Amino acid sequence: MAMTRTPVRRILDYSVLSVLAFVFVLPVLYLFLGSLKPSDEVLNGLSGFLPTHLTFDNYSAVLDSLNSDSTGYFWQFMGVSVLVAFVVVTGGLFVNSMAAYGLSRLKWRGREAVFTLVLLLMLIPFESVAVPLFYMFNGQRNTLYIQAVPFIANAFAIYQFHTFFRKIPTSIEEAARLDGAGPWRTFFAIIVPMSRPVFASVAILTFLIQWGSFLWPVLMVSDPSVRPLPLEISVFQGQQPPDWGQILAFGVLLVLPVLVVFAFFQRWFVQGVASSAVKG
Amino acid sequence: MKTVEPAHSAAPGRPEQASPAPSAKPAKAGRKNQDRVHALLMVAPAVGGLIAFVGIPFGYAVVLSFYNVRLGSPLEPSFFGLEHYRRLFTDPDQSGPFLRALLNNLTFAAVVVPLQTGLALGLAILLNRKLKAIGLFRSLFFMPVVFPMALVAVIWRLILARSEQGMLNSLLDAVSLGNWGAFDWLGDTATAMASIVVLSVWQGVGFQMVILLAGLQQIPGELYEASELDRASRWQQFRHVTLPGIRGTLVFVALLTSVMSFRIFDQVYILIRGGGLDEDATRTVMYQAVTTAFDQNNIGQASAITVVFFLIVLVLTIVQRRVVRPDNED
Repeated sequence: MAMTRTPVRRILDYSVLSVLAFVFVLPVLYLFLGSLKPSDEVLNGLSGFLPTHLTFDNYSAVLDSLNSDSTGYFWQFMGVSVLVAFVVVTGGLFVNSMAAYGLSRLKWRGREAVFTLVLLLMLIPFESVAVPLFYMFNGQRNTLYIQAVPFIANAFAIYQFHTFFRKIPTSIEEAARLDGAGPWRTFFAIIVPMSRPVFASVAILTFLIQWGSFLWPVLMVSDPSVRPLPLEISVFQGQQPPDWGQILAFGVLLVLPVLVVFAFFQRWFVQGVASSAVKG
Repeated sequence: MKTVEPAHSAAPGRPEQASPAPSAKPAKAGRKNQDRVHALLMVAPAVGGLIAFVGIPFGYAVVLSFYNVRLGSPLEPSFFGLEHYRRLFTDPDQSGPFLRALLNNLTFAAVVVPLQTGLALGLAILLNRKLKAIGLFRSLFFMPVVFPMALVAVIWRLILARSEQGMLNSLLDAVSLGNWGAFDWLGDTATAMASIVVLSVWQGVGFQMVILLAGLQQIPGELYEASELDRASRWQQFRHVTLPGIRGTLVFVALLTSVMSFRIFDQVYILIRGGGLDEDATRTVMYQAVTTAFDQNNIGQASAITVVFFLIVLVLTIVQRRVVRPDNED
């Protein structure tokens, strides 16, 4: 295919892609440029786009206005999001990979049944258990752990690890066993180090979903001191009258950590998504 | 049998129990028992978590849907039979908003599935070439996927703002040479759902695009070379090489999109609550479940809604597996 491409054709390709990409990225530009403009100039027709009077005032204003017990503290919202994401990602990598190893590499009676159970549980979307979970854990509202613990075990993550582990040649474990390594050492010393790609893509996908998590906090969190960022931005944007410059600055602070991770680990993001396309 | 067994772990235990080879058996059986203990210890935390936070709550949803339950009410939960379901579908007070939500969900899916899948396919084909900087373009189109939906809702609330100063309104004003007045995109019944479609597709299309791109890259290049020798036009190539080559992926993506479109909640909730979005035209099944549980404190009814929600998603998932599987076999 590449051979038949003429320079004209190539220029055309670039132009089409550039125009499409520009239109597509406009909302992101709007977010970043708007966050750097005085608040009264954000909602100001097309000139709301032009980068005049760039200033970081909105950022300091966000940090100032979210800086009391009644409004909550910005760094507290950020801390809650970071902490919950950290526990869900690291805890999840640990228990889900271990379970997948037990289900894919060790031989024991009942293993097929347990794996079938995991596959069945994978069919249940979180949305259809949110209400009973909310009812069951009503007494734990406004705690940190209730935001994290239910999401550590993850059937889809087990499935992703399972798919990867199954392809590792058995001879590797046979050799380890001959050297006297039990299943734990085999797993942690041999399987885990050689499975970095699947760990990375599961970690990133889990982080992405957890960072944007909204439905569960809506149900379980009302206290600003344990409120994660996405819930807070929905509260913050509902203030009357809205201060658009500050809202956009808040938005940038909310998405920046993910964008940074994305910039560094793009390959894993894409792999994580593509691996969700594994046909079952 | 022994030589095959280590390579294929698919049938655990059984061949060995049947085999009458007495010599190595005690040692192996001992290791097997140990393996079982280790395996259970390894599997227990995750599977225990799944049972506690997915399995039991799901069963509980079904049970709660048969009861009249309220949080913090002094009244004991009372058995309600199928009353919640009957009300959801036939009692005008409750079935009105619920059926509207269901209809909105179906409308959303009916628009988003073809639109987003088509757009994702177009982008994937455009991006499936050997150009310099193609990686940059792929990243740009994928970027909104990493944006939390809560933030996407806020950005688009501003773009679609109803004042004359709103980005879209002022753009249309400029293009129409001043003939375009202020229009309330989110608040108007006619355009509220369309607005939600636009911002959802913008955020989600990169996800589908990446999956389709992976599918496109699995089509052997020789097929294109052969079709070029046969002087096939670009359209013929697309119809007879590209489409059949990614049929399975395409069906998978369409069904994945339809499942995801039923789960829509964040953007609708945020914009209805604080962004002037028309509630009736955009409420979804999950929005209805949350407001029923939370604002009306009617846990039983909300559970019935989530059970219905689950059944819809389950049907879509089963269809997905049915449709994709035959393709895998040929």
